Amino acid sequence: MTATVAPTVGPGRVPEPLPELIGQLEQTWRDEPGILGWIKSVDHKSIALRYMITAFVFFLLAGLQALGMRAQLARPENTLLGPDLYNQFFTVHGTTMMFLFAVPVMQAVGLYFVPMMVGTRNVAFPKLNAYGYWTYLFGGLFIYAEWWFLNSGPDVGWFSYVPLANSVFTPGKRADVWAQGVTFTEIASLAAAVEIIVTVFKLRAPGMTLNRLPLFVWAMVVQSFMVLFAMPWVATATQFLAWERLVSTHFFDPTRGGDPLLWQHLFWFFGHPEVYIIFVPALGMVSSVVTAFTRRHVFGYPAMVLSLISTGVLGFGLWVHHMFATGIPQLSESFFTAASMVIAIPTGVQIFCWIATIWDGRPRFTVPFLWVIGFVVVFIIGGFSGVMVASVPFDRQVHDSYFIVAHFHYVLIGGAVFPLLGAFYYWFPKVTGRMLGERLGRWQFWLFFIGMNLTFFPMHQLGFEGMPRRVYTYLPETGWGPLNLLASIGAATLAVSVILLIVNVWSSLRRGLPAGDNPWDADTLEWATTSPPRPYNFALIPVVDGRGPVWRHPEGLPVFGGLRTDVRDVLLTTLLDAEPDSRHRHPVPTIWPLHAAIATTITFVSLIYTPWGAVVGFPLLFIAFVGWAWPRGRDHREQQVIEAERPVEVAS
Amino acid sequence: MTLLLQQALQFPGRLSALAPTGPEAILIRDWLWRPMYATALVTYVLVVGALLWAAFRRRSAPAEEGAPEGPKRRLGLGVGIATAVTTVVLFVFLVATMQVSRATTTGPGPNPIRIRVTGHQWWWEVEYRDARQDQWFTTANELHLPVGRPAELELVSPDVIHSFWAPNIHTKLDLIPGHENLMRFQADSAGVFRGQCAEFCGAQHGKMAFQVVAQPPDSFAAWESRQRQPAPEPADSLARRGRDVFMGGSCPLCHTVQGTGAGGRLGPDLTHLAGRRTIAAGTLPNTRGALAGWIVNPQGVKPGAKMPPNPLSPDDLQAILAYLETLK
Repeated sequence: MTATVAPTVGPGRVPEPLPELIGQLEQTWRDEPGILGWIKSVDHKSIALRYMITAFVFFLLAGLQALGMRAQLARPENTLLGPDLYNQFFTVHGTTMMFLFAVPVMQAVGLYFVPMMVGTRNVAFPKLNAYGYWTYLFGGLFIYAEWWFLNSGPDVGWFSYVPLANSVFTPGKRADVWAQGVTFTEIASLAAAVEIIVTVFKLRAPGMTLNRLPLFVWAMVVQSFMVLFAMPWVATATQFLAWERLVSTHFFDPTRGGDPLLWQHLFWFFGHPEVYIIFVPALGMVSSVVTAFTRRHVFGYPAMVLSLISTGVLGFGLWVHHMFATGIPQLSESFFTAASMVIAIPTGVQIFCWIATIWDGRPRFTVPFLWVIGFVVVFIIGGFSGVMVASVPFDRQVHDSYFIVAHFHYVLIGGAVFPLLGAFYYWFPKVTGRMLGERLGRWQFWLFFIGMNLTFFPMHQLGFEGMPRRVYTYLPETGWGPLNLLASIGAATLAVSVILLIVNVWSSLRRGLPAGDNPWDADTLEWATTSPPRPYNFALIPVVDGRGPVWRHPEGLPVFGGLRTDVRDVLLTTLLDAEPDSRHRHPVPTIWPLHAAIATTITFVSLIYTPWGAVVGFPLLFIAFVGWAWPRGRDHREQQVIEAERPVEVAS
Repeated sequence: MTLLLQQALQFPGRLSALAPTGPEAILIRDWLWRPMYATALVTYVLVVGALLWAAFRRRSAPAEEGAPEGPKRRLGLGVGIATAVTTVVLFVFLVATMQVSRATTTGPGPNPIRIRVTGHQWWWEVEYRDARQDQWFTTANELHLPVGRPAELELVSPDVIHSFWAPNIHTKLDLIPGHENLMRFQADSAGVFRGQCAEFCGAQHGKMAFQVVAQPPDSFAAWESRQRQPAPEPADSLARRGRDVFMGGSCPLCHTVQGTGAGGRLGPDLTHLAGRRTIAAGTLPNTRGALAGWIVNPQGVKPGAKMPPNPLSPDDLQAILAYLETLK
């Protein structure tokens, strides 16, 4: 049953084995038919695609909230949204964008492409992957259901500062919904982080040594480690807050020996890395797009990798710059000023390396490449204002003003959404097998570019003019009206651009040009297979002998034989040099991750309303995880990890 | 009349970090904002210029095609120089930051005016704490300062976190329950400046403003001595009736009027309400009409505010207004 190489080799592709083996691979790896089969899927591509679509829906919802806010602020003393609604709008907008859109969508792109880029058949821990998705989905639905049906939309900001968020100043369930809703997404992102790290460290194709990893994969590894270190802090913080509200602990209560600043330290020790958790994968996307459209490997690979890693490390040393106005000692402020400025260096290095790559290469001005140019042009404005607010006295002037709103939207839209949209145009053909419309794409880009700058650039000035963040209205006499109106017009432009994107996707799915395997002539392994990829990704596992394997082997990639086609075999390789190590049997579709996610949801949601939630929830969780881990008959007997002691023959 | 007009023109007060009048705000604009802005502008032109040049430069024959390794040494040099320049510029910013930081966090010097500013949901209590405690007095949403003389602000909060920010004069500093933050505060030219709460503090965070009135020393001294007086006995009968309505209603539960039985501490001290420029924390000009609207239906102006609606009969309302107008 072991696959052997057949003579059918396409350009830059993984060769195909005999048709009957292909049929068997298909049979082995595909999802079960029907809705139940869809629910039971553990295929990283199906799940990542759901992640992306869900994240995009949350992006649209958060965008609608942004439009609501911009409509409210378009003129002074507007009464479209009262303070109660407005405060829910900006809280849910921030929470959705950070927890339900930006982090999940970056991880989703990673979950889709990392296994393909490292040349394997699935992500490590596929059941955990399914569980992560369901948990994320239910967490998001929970927040919105509470908001729309129970009038319990969180309204104390995406940062939920205590004491405002405690039960004295925010009675009711709104802050609980926030705390618990965030906990859901923490679980999902921790799961995805673990999967990506193990996939990269253990499932790489033979020969893909660490120094041959595509930069996007490096970025995902760095991001995943950041998630591992950052998420436990916010989990701690949100649990403390939940207990404070539910059972009257006093972690943050100054009258009983607690301190509100403890919350801020815990939250920002997560919250600042969070920005880089969103930004670092985007850097990887930029590298992918730059490589493909200049037909050059990104200049200075070691510098790029070290920059990613140092960004990941330094990202944990900046959190106090969110607290410069709290009156902490000057010495510690100076340390965090220095750290906040230093982190500009690795980002600078990467931008310089991309410019060098573009200079050296032969750029093709496709839509994805346009987004990369736009990324640099927009993002560095946010970078500069970031360096400015690293300076304590200057930050204390503009902190919590609209200057900051401008700054972080330049960073997050410029630094993450632009690359993400570039990556979307770049990888859409791989995922769907069809090209996105170029003409509509250009329109969308320019509308987005103009709308983005129109919305956020005037906010710098509003900040100087003293307009604080999170105000639901302002007096006409402040003179903030005209610039706010301009910003609102910009927001409408952005909305038109997003509608064009949806139209483009809709029409391209129906009538788009067929993409072929590698429409951009790109270099990484995901382009060495069909578009859309088959459930098993690669008919035969490719063997990698350098960076950019597809370019190195225009005649067809060398491959590795020895995996069974009648069971879900994946190849494990060694950590540093990716030498074949052993085979591992991957799980078949299962319903248990969904059960576990439902049990998790019941536990978390009921805990908001009564401590008895734990009594109901934990047995359910226990059952779900026992079912998850229960050995399954024949399947299980066959499951064995075979140590590959003999040298593995590499077919080429 | 002209005074009223002047007041109306100056409502809500000057407001800009780029037109500073406090020494700290001036330092920050001149030694941080302007140099950093200029550097950012130059760097931006250079980087975007380099990017566009790299993308659109005229290229020689397609000989390089298929040779993914390019002229490495020159590129390496370029990246290296750019990185080195970035590092040097950041270092200069760091030094400038530390210098300005030290200069803007000095103590107030000898004999400052001591003012305790308490942030409440959603108004500011301002207590002038003279060396002699019997000279202390309290006002709200308005900070008077003699031009050129420093004050030391003690910033505290009994409820949630607020942040005190008058951008023309100084940067912001948080008011955190359980903490007491100190801030040197000085205006170098006369004028009315607006400030606003900068930390999200709940429903009416958007309408939690205040005014800083910087005035010549003699006029400040006159204001100060007037503030120390208790409320006068109302002269006319309407105002007297108004006082009775005030004292007989729920008003004294929350408001203090020095020299009377009203001693509530939940809302602003009203002893010299009529002398203030704004009401409802910098939200409305202190006119008769605005005051009437605020008293009858505060929730219409600031939904969620702690002051309940007061369905007074027109006569009672007129009487109360007449009384409040005596509280100069």
